[in-house]
Amino acid sequence: MAKHESNEAFFWMLFSAGGVVAAIFIPVHLFLFGLAFPLGWMQAPTYNNLMSLVRMPLVRIYLFVLCSLPLFHWAHRFRYTLYDGLKVKHLNEVIFVLCYGGAVVGTVVAAYLLWNIG
Amino acid sequence: MPAVKQPTMKSAPQYTEFHPRWYRPRVSVYWWMGEWHYLKFILRELSSVFVAVFVVETLMLISALRGGPEAYAHFQQSMRNPLVVVLNLVSFFFIVFHTITWFNLAPSAMPVRLGGRRLPDVLVAAPSYVAWLVISVFIGWLVLR
Amino acid sequence: MADKIVLEIARYSPEQDNEPHFESYEVPVYKEWVVLDALNHIKDTVDGSLTYRWSCRMGICGSCGMMVNGEPKLTCATFLSSYADNGKKIRVEPLRYFPVVRDLVTELSDFLVKLKKAKPWLIRKDEPPLSQGEFLQTPEQLDRYKQFSMCINCTLCYAACPVVGLDPIFVGPAALALAQRYNMDSRDQGSAERTAVLAHPDGVWGCTFVGECTRVCPKHVDPAGAIQQYKIASVIDWLKSFVMPKGQTT
Repeated sequence: MAKHESNEAFFWMLFSAGGVVAAIFIPVHLFLFGLAFPLGWMQAPTYNNLMSLVRMPLVRIYLFVLCSLPLFHWAHRFRYTLYDGLKVKHLNEVIFVLCYGGAVVGTVVAAYLLWNIG
Repeated sequence: MPAVKQPTMKSAPQYTEFHPRWYRPRVSVYWWMGEWHYLKFILRELSSVFVAVFVVETLMLISALRGGPEAYAHFQQSMRNPLVVVLNLVSFFFIVFHTITWFNLAPSAMPVRLGGRRLPDVLVAAPSYVAWLVISVFIGWLVLR
Repeated sequence: MADKIVLEIARYSPEQDNEPHFESYEVPVYKEWVVLDALNHIKDTVDGSLTYRWSCRMGICGSCGMMVNGEPKLTCATFLSSYADNGKKIRVEPLRYFPVVRDLVTELSDFLVKLKKAKPWLIRKDEPPLSQGEFLQTPEQLDRYKQFSMCINCTLCYAACPVVGLDPIFVGPAALALAQRYNMDSRDQGSAERTAVLAHPDGVWGCTFVGECTRVCPKHVDPAGAIQQYKIASVIDWLKSFVMPKGQTT
């Protein structure tokens, strides 16, 4: 297989994995932390309770995956939406770098924040 | 009759050598607004933006937790900002839209065969919804206890 | 049901026009008439210059595809009564995203080139001697690809797919689905040969699963499903290429 072809399979794989993670896990997180707690529908966890959860290694790995894979899902999907929706395929190198670069930056930030959460 | 100018791109679509003057309408950049099915597709694709918004908010939450109880309280306060609440409400609808379209389309990408026949898509999608519900309840329990 | 209906038909004459214009024709509505019958009525009794393709008039040759009220349809399978009941006019245009040769006739040679690229025939690495008999195939093996074999090359899917319109080099739903049809045929040994066309940015990777192709297909081929299945097979091949560096494909 030529190099360019195999690259697309790799990015599509990341897009799919990110799509599954986003589909299953994000709704409940967004519901709790974005709506239920701020609007007082449910009692938000205390700092200590939440920290004790987040300190667990398994939870940190989970949060890393939750923050990284969906970003690659966004990168791939947004890249193609720009190609098709705005017909800017001629800018494809710039778009490629901005999208996947953004996902990489987010992944690095997530790793840094979760590495020693204290 | 003047000859039609051939496209000059190296991998241009290939046409026969002699032909009348074809009419070739250009596809407008607003193609996706012309039809409900196209608009629905673009909205589905734009859900990925709200996925990215969620990740950014989560990274901010984790950063706030690292900062201590005051930083966490400050983060909670900013989540109560009406603009943020509206953003999260819109995000929630788009993300659920992503989930539903994802689960409904996955069976055509991964057909399941049992006993030599293909299972109907509805049956293949159902376990995803069940898993979604079970996992969401579990995460809710973990966070709320 | 009304006894007459108006058809607005796109007319384009390359000798006279720079772009199409619409002309209206009133036709009688009969319960069993389809849009193709109306077109034939117009050509026979009103305007003999109306130009369009048709053949079998029973939904198997794939010739009579046109845009009917903005939807790609086989005109031999679209009944006048569905529009007459609602008091709607019927707008007939040539299939979208193809160059128009004249009136309702589109230029299909680009599609045929793309179809040929997909190598829609059985490819064998070894040819068993005739004395060995026919290739045998179980019903289960047939079931794996049968749906994708029902394609009649009507190009309604190309008229529905926005990527076809946006990217002229995109191979397109029918060609990709037919390539996958042969990849999944147990008698075929040619998957590696088709990879160059399929696993290419303008092959399956150009597809963003809009799904319109599947929605409009008159034979329920589900080309979108075929394309996504190929994407997954391609990912598995890519992963396998690390475990089996000799590049064996499934």
